[in-house]
This record gives sequence, structure tokens and C-alpha cells, in this order.
Amino acid sequence: MGLDIRWPIGLMFSLIGVLLLIEGAIGGAGELDININLIWGVVLLVFGVLMLLGAVRGRKTPPPS
Amino acid sequence: MQPIHLAWVDYTILIAYVAFVVGIGWTLARYMKTSSDFLTSGRSIPTWVTGLAFMAANLGALELVGMAASGAKYGIAQAHFYWIGAIPAMVFLAVFMMPFYYGSKARSVPEYLKMRFNEPVRALNALSFAVMTVFASGISMDALARLLTNLLPWKLGTHILGMNFGSYDIYLWICSGVVLIYVLKGGLTSAIYTEVLQFFMIVLGFAPVVYLGLRDAGGWHSVKNALQGVATNPAAFNLQPAGVHYAPDAWTSVWKPVLDGPAANPLGVDWFAVVFGLGFVLSFGYWCTNFLVVQRAMAARNMTAARNTPLIAAVPKMLFPLLVILPGMIAIALASMPNKNYRIPPPIVSEANYDKAVDAVKNAAPSDTAAVKAVGNALGLKVDAGKVTKLIADNAANKLSDAQIHDGLYNSIAENDYNSVILSLLKKYCPPGLLGLALTALLASFMSGMAGNVTAFNTIWTYDLYQAYLMPNKSDAHYFWMGKFITVVGILLSIGAAYFASMYNNAMDIIQLVFGFVNAPIFGTLLLGMFWKRATGIGAFLGLFGGIAGSTVFHALTTTTGNVDAAGHAVNVWKGGYLGVVAKFPSEMAQNFWLAIFAFAVCFLVTVFVSLATRRTKTDEQLKGLVYSLTPKTVDHNQPLWQRPPVFGTVLIIACIILNIYFW
Repeated sequence: MGLDIRWPIGLMFSLIGVLLLIEGAIGGAGELDININLIWGVVLLVFGVLMLLGAVRGRKTPPPS
Repeated sequence: MQPIHLAWVDYTILIAYVAFVVGIGWTLARYMKTSSDFLTSGRSIPTWVTGLAFMAANLGALELVGMAASGAKYGIAQAHFYWIGAIPAMVFLAVFMMPFYYGSKARSVPEYLKMRFNEPVRALNALSFAVMTVFASGISMDALARLLTNLLPWKLGTHILGMNFGSYDIYLWICSGVVLIYVLKGGLTSAIYTEVLQFFMIVLGFAPVVYLGLRDAGGWHSVKNALQGVATNPAAFNLQPAGVHYAPDAWTSVWKPVLDGPAANPLGVDWFAVVFGLGFVLSFGYWCTNFLVVQRAMAARNMTAARNTPLIAAVPKMLFPLLVILPGMIAIALASMPNKNYRIPPPIVSEANYDKAVDAVKNAAPSDTAAVKAVGNALGLKVDAGKVTKLIADNAANKLSDAQIHDGLYNSIAENDYNSVILSLLKKYCPPGLLGLALTALLASFMSGMAGNVTAFNTIWTYDLYQAYLMPNKSDAHYFWMGKFITVVGILLSIGAAYFASMYNNAMDIIQLVFGFVNAPIFGTLLLGMFWKRATGIGAFLGLFGGIAGSTVFHALTTTTGNVDAAGHAVNVWKGGYLGVVAKFPSEMAQNFWLAIFAFAVCFLVTVFVSLATRRTKTDEQLKGLVYSLTPKTVDHNQPLWQRPPVFGTVLIIACIILNIYFW
């Protein structure tokens, strides 16, 4: 159906990942003893970029019907 | 629950999510050309997408909130809903039932019932299902609007056309408006896509919270140890009435407490009710017949994809207790650790009532027993007499500040609001940023709860009621238009249902009750329809009708042990027994499971006997593709081994058995 869902998923999680990274970098660890925003920001960013890579590859090879 | 402070980053994540779902709707709008594109996605969605949507469609926020609540209340035994309930049902749907749903080219479950039986069976199922979807989506939206009202700091209010709109109304209408936009633009595809988005939001938003909670509690072993203390004295945490004690493993093992009988586990159920009531009737009834989830599989692009949809869904489903039940178990473990300063949140008490209670504490003389009652009355809740007496004594000895008394009162309330467990954990562990992500995940699942139900509702209405009975033989453009029009109507009806749910305290009980009456018997009808060619239309109709009527009567004559007064009458009539109490069950869950067993048995037996007494109206040729014995076996040999549904399904069942044994 027209739109590859991996585009919005990839874009959204990359964006949220970057937001968490910024928050983690500026806000520090807060009350916790680990900087969860920084760590999770990286995880989300990696997930988002992987989805985007999948979407790019999917555009080159149309899925079998 | 006190308002949670949200930072700019949290609002940004929330707004970004809304922008993305609206954007998805907008992008998909240009592909919506026929009623089939809009209502059934033109059967063109990739398998992993339908699979995740299949799982996420059921993963409403009520499930998230409710499973965490049950994790605290019942412990790991709640995983029965997954490991004996959902997974076997999903495998059965994929391997045995999907070939008929998908292969018959029916566009909905009621349409399959028409092909297999006759119009009255379809009408009965379509009507009851349509009503259910409206209420289900209303419950979701009511819960969402309530959550936002409690969570967000703004007190909104406006007048439109002379009517007073408060915060609740405004959140309800705005969120429904967002859902309307993306469903109206992109139809079922929009709903499926946002369900997949929501799936990832929930996994990626809740995983860090579970991790932080588990880490704070000292790891799984420490949680397990703490839960042994909880199980041996659940009354200390207001989980059970005083005097109830369980074996130490009642919160941490899946089967042992259930095998020891209803009195040995907090669910109050026996193994037969679990295996047959929950596992067979309720779970198969839900996963194999509910059009909301089956519709996702029907949108797949071919037969193999349709059959693999529930199987792909089963993989994350099997692991979801980690994300949804474990947090509740962590919460109750934390509550039992004195140094963690955490309790299961009590029901919300207004600040005015807290002030009254603080005054009551200040004015009380030490060891004044009447004061405990006065404090309880001021709060409007049950309080722990020992804790209140101690608070009063402490205050008399050395004057406490109002804030200290307030905290003392909070901790002495002897009632738990289990539905706040998940929010209290988010509040405890999430820094800004992560908090926005987790809350957005919650919000997303509420909204997709509405979207999923509305997309099922509009299909049933357009194809099974409007096209079938009101306006047959119109052009596709007409039905396309009707599909869109009824989407708007569906949203408006849902808003009405949300107001209904918000107005009556036991609206939720009533609605759940009706679901139970309607859901349990239909599995009997479909099972016989698909696997017994002798089942006739009139048999199916009377069986289905008898099942619904039978469960209503069953409910009217039974109740729970706790709901009976000294004279033997039911106290709360919504919990059953209003026509007299013939049988009593140890818990509401046990009553539900047995009701399901009874409804299924009535439907099954009536269908069998009436079918044997009536003449078949459909020939073998007409039933080809609709009944197991008359349909050529699906050939999977051209598929790679791991993509064949029976192979994939067997692997899943083995994994599920291993989980059951590991947590035995």
C-alpha cells in the first residue's frame, strides 16, 4: 500500500532518539545514577536509522507480490 | 495521582507523535480509491506489518494498565492470559481457521457466517459486534481523557453553544478529532500503520522503565524473594483481607498455586477453569472470532501471509508479560521493601479532603479510637487503624508539619488503586525525555484502541448491515462514501460511549459483562461451522442465541462469595446473583471463566442438537472453502520450511510449553 511504514517509524524514532540525546547531554543523569536518556537516545537512534536503511533498500527492490 | 511535571522535551515527543500519525493518514489518503482500499486495505499489506498490528490492535492502554495492575494483584499467574490463553489460540487461528476466513473471500467475520450459515446468524453477530466496538472505543477514550485530566497541569474550560466544556471534555474531543483525521484519511491502512508505530512506542518506551525498576529492586532474584514475603502475608499490602495467607511461591510460579486449588492462589481459580475457561473458551473466542484482530490478518496480501500474521504476532506476544506484567510484580515487591519508600498508589483523594484529615489528626488526642474513624471519614477511604493511631501519637509527641502528616495519611490508606501502578512507576523512574516517550506510548495505545475499533465498526456497518440489508446493489463509490460517513458516526458514537463510561461508576463492569455474554458463545458457532459440515443455519442461530441467553441467566443466578450478605442475597447486582444465588465462586475471575465455559457448552450443544434435527440447506458444493472436510488442503510445499504455518506454529507451541515449565 503506497507508503512504506518503515519511513515514518525510522524518522520518528530517529527524531525521538536525538531529542533524548540532547536532553541527556544537557540535563545530565538527574536523580538516577545512570544517564538513561543518553543511553536510550542512542538505542532509539540506531533503531530509527536501521528502519530508514530498510526503507531505502526496500525502494530499490519492490517486494514480491 | 498528583500531576506529573512535564518538560519541553516531553511535549515535543507527544506533539511529534501526533504529527506523524496525522501525516501517515495524509500520505495514505491518495491511495484510497475504492471502498475495499478504505475498509479492507485492498489485501495488500506486508506480513510483518499485519502481524505486529494484529498484536497491537489488542494491546490497548487498558491492557497495559490492567496487566500491570494484575501483575501486582496476582503475580506471574496472570501470564496464563498469554501462555495458555493467547498463544495457543493464535496458532489455532493461523493453522486451522485462517484458510476459511481468507480463502472464502469474506470481507468480515459476519460475512463468513452468512456464507457458511445464513443471514440471521450474520445479523446477530454483526449487530452485537458493532455495539461492542463502539463501547470498547468509548472506554479507551474515556480512560485517555481521564488520564490527561489528571496528568496535565492545565485547568481548561470554555463555553461552546451555551454548553460548559471542562478539561475532560476538551481532551476527549481533541483526541477523538486526531483519530478521526487519520482514520478518515487512510482508513484501515492508517489504523494498521499507527498500530505498528504504537507497538514500537510501547516496546521502546516501557523497556527502560522495566529495566530501571528491576535494577532499583535489586534484580529478579531480589524481586522473587520480596514476593515470597508478599505471598505469605498479602494483607500487609492490602492485597487480600486480613487472615489470608498463601504459599511463598504464590506470586512467582505460574502453575503450582493454581493446581493447589482456588484457595491457594490470589486469582481464586482452579486448573480446570484456567485451562478450559480461560485457555479454550475465552482466549480462542477472542483471538479466533473477534473481527478487530482477524481483520488485520484478512488485510494480508496472500493466503500464506494471512496465516503467518497471527504467528508473527505470537512471537512478541509470548514475551510481553516481561513488559506488562513484570512492572506490576516489581511494584508490589518495591512496596514490601521498607527502604524504597514506595506503595501501590491509593485511590485519588482531593486536597480538600486531605486538609480535613490533617485537621482531624491535629485535633485528635493520642489513643483516641474515634479519631481513626474521623480520619477515615475525612479521606472517604478505609484506613489502617494502627498507622493512623501511630501518626496521631507522633504528632502529639512532637508537632509534625502539615506535609509530614499528609505523607503519613497517604501511607495509611488501606486501599490500592491498582490501575495507577504503571503511572506511579513512570513517575518514579523516568527523567524528562524518557517520561515523554513512555507517556506518548500510553497515549498512542489509547488512541489506536479507538482507531482499531472504529475501523472494525465501519467495515461491519458498511458491508454487513448497510450493504446487506439497507442499500444493496449500489455502486462502489456509494459504499466508499458510506464507509467514510460511518467513520464519523462511529467516532461520535464512541464519544457518547465515553461519556456513558464516565458518568456511571460501574459502567465499566456493565460493559465488560456484556462483552462476556457475547464473546464466549460465538467460538462454539465458528468451531462447529468450520469443522462439522452437518451444522445447519438454524442450529447455529439458535445455538448462538441460546449461548448469549444462557450466559445472561448464568450471571443472574451466580455471584462471588464476597458479594453475598448474611441473608444470602447479592449485594452488588452487577456482580451477578440478582435472581437468586444458586452457586458462589471464590472470585470474579472464577465466575467469568465458568460463565464462559457454560455459555460455550450451551451454544455447542444447542447447535449440535438443532442441527441434527433440521435439514441441511447448503450442499457440499456450496460449502467448499468454508468447511474443513470439504476444502482441499492448503499446499505449503512451495514455501521455505520455516514459513509454513504448521511448522512455525509447532515451534511457537513448543516455546510456549518451555515457558510454562520454566516458570512452573
